[in-house]
Amino acid sequence: MKVDKKEVEHVAMLARIELSPEEKDLYSEQLSAILALFDRLREVPTDEILPTSHVLEISNAFREDELRPSSMPQEILGNAPDVSGQFFRVPKILE
Amino acid sequence: MNLYEETIHGLHQRLVRREASSEEVTKSVLDRIAELNGRFNAFITVTGQSALEQAREADRRLSKGDPVGPLCGIPLAIKDVLSTRGVRTTCGSRMLADYVPIYDSTVIRKLRDAGAVFVGKTNMDEFAMGSSTENSFLGPSRNPYHPERVCGGSSGGSACAVAADLCIAAIGTDTGGSIRQPASYCGVVGMKPTYGRVSRFGLVAYASSLDQIGPITKDVTDCSLLLRAICGYDSQDSTSVETAVPDFPRFLNEGVKGLRIGVPREYFVGGLDAEVEQAIRKAIDAFERMGAVFVDVSLPHTEYAIPVYYLIAPAEASSNLARYDGVKYGYRAKGPFRNLAEMVRRTRSEGFGAEVKRRIMLGTYALSSGYYDAYYRKAQQVRTLIREDFRVAFQRCDVMVAPTAPTTAFRIGEKVGDPLQMYLSDIFTVSANLAGLPGISVPCGYNREGLPIGLQILGKAFDEGTVLQTAFAFEHQTWPDRKKPLLA
Repeated sequence: MKVDKKEVEHVAMLARIELSPEEKDLYSEQLSAILALFDRLREVPTDEILPTSHVLEISNAFREDELRPSSMPQEILGNAPDVSGQFFRVPKILE
Repeated sequence: MNLYEETIHGLHQRLVRREASSEEVTKSVLDRIAELNGRFNAFITVTGQSALEQAREADRRLSKGDPVGPLCGIPLAIKDVLSTRGVRTTCGSRMLADYVPIYDSTVIRKLRDAGAVFVGKTNMDEFAMGSSTENSFLGPSRNPYHPERVCGGSSGGSACAVAADLCIAAIGTDTGGSIRQPASYCGVVGMKPTYGRVSRFGLVAYASSLDQIGPITKDVTDCSLLLRAICGYDSQDSTSVETAVPDFPRFLNEGVKGLRIGVPREYFVGGLDAEVEQAIRKAIDAFERMGAVFVDVSLPHTEYAIPVYYLIAPAEASSNLARYDGVKYGYRAKGPFRNLAEMVRRTRSEGFGAEVKRRIMLGTYALSSGYYDAYYRKAQQVRTLIREDFRVAFQRCDVMVAPTAPTTAFRIGEKVGDPLQMYLSDIFTVSANLAGLPGISVPCGYNREGLPIGLQILGKAFDEGTVLQTAFAFEHQTWPDRKKPLLA
């Protein structure tokens, strides 16, 4: 399965990654090679087979909807690149 | 014996009898790190000051005669993918180069409560993606047996530290073999528990249905002690299993007489290095002499394990790594930016290394509209077949033995240009992650160049006990053949 440059650009857009022209060529080549290996999976009969998303027989783990101690805002903001009061500051979102 | 050469169980005796103090042991380890880490690059962060404080606290508990567990006062190294409160946790990435967690992972909390001493955070492939520790933002770790060779990955730093006595024991993580394969390349013991045994709370996620935390140690006894200390249900991990933690050390002396050992025939086909195969065959002979019974088994879908893993893991990774956007923590690219979207794209492009980007791209592609059924869903269906292979095979045997890796440690730089070649070194380890089963790697020999070879023992779900029992019997039999690295 050949992954051409247009597809690489589309996937990069979905993944929110910017690629240089050299990287686009490189990933096109490498992804094509890797996916060629995966085409072998086609030969495995899987008609009635259920997909495994999880190896354990467990379902959603919930807890009681009760207030519990959480982290302090100052601690959480400690790793932030740009802070304004108790907010994370970012470049504008809307035009 | 120098204090840094000791094991957990050896030191525990000496500490309890007050023949040595934790402070002395910790100083011994820290001095050795100062001397050798520059050469081997096992550690990203060394926490000397806090380690000595922890050691003194452990000594206080020991001198009061309080009942203490075997990990009290023991210097440990922690792979830099586990959150440690107040201590930089980089995951081997520029993206988290200055990130300092505000909480401890459950495993760290358990070890702290047990009185362990943390000497530092170890080097790893970026975000645990890799098989050599060459994908680290901080450069590769060097194999103590041959410094121009890799340590394996992604827990290369931890395996290196244990092999070179830069810690008494270490913690690593294993998603596709990242504990077992570096243990194999570095001549130490490494174990991946059953999925769900060890809490992933605080573990920076790579592939959530595959990731597990586990011990890397100098011997099997230490492995059983460290495993026991970190296992246990945790309500903060929704994939944690509520099942009792067996007293693993109790299994060690059971022996292997009458034990049925399966040898999966698909693991002995092409691509397996001749000297590695020879060492595994020798190990099989040793088990036979000890009274084990060998059963030929088949895992027919083995040849599909790599494509299945390299579709599922990157797909899960693309979702897990979507959080790195430069907004709340971690790296943020330098502006000015037209808008948030541009900042996010630039941050992710600059913050992630090539292999991480490659896997995010692969995963995103496999999950994208038009390709989801052909790739991701198909891979999940074949995953079911791989699990079924093991279920059927384990009806006829108690454990299985196999090589851990097809080769010994390769040269630094040898495989970086060919991602596919790198992926193939995981061929014997990924299946255990896909099936959620426990597996250990123990040293079983050295090749002509003195490079370590690992024997892998796989077990049934939640049957780490029998795996450890088998590993211990083998180690006990072959202990005189073990060679420490010369550190030339």
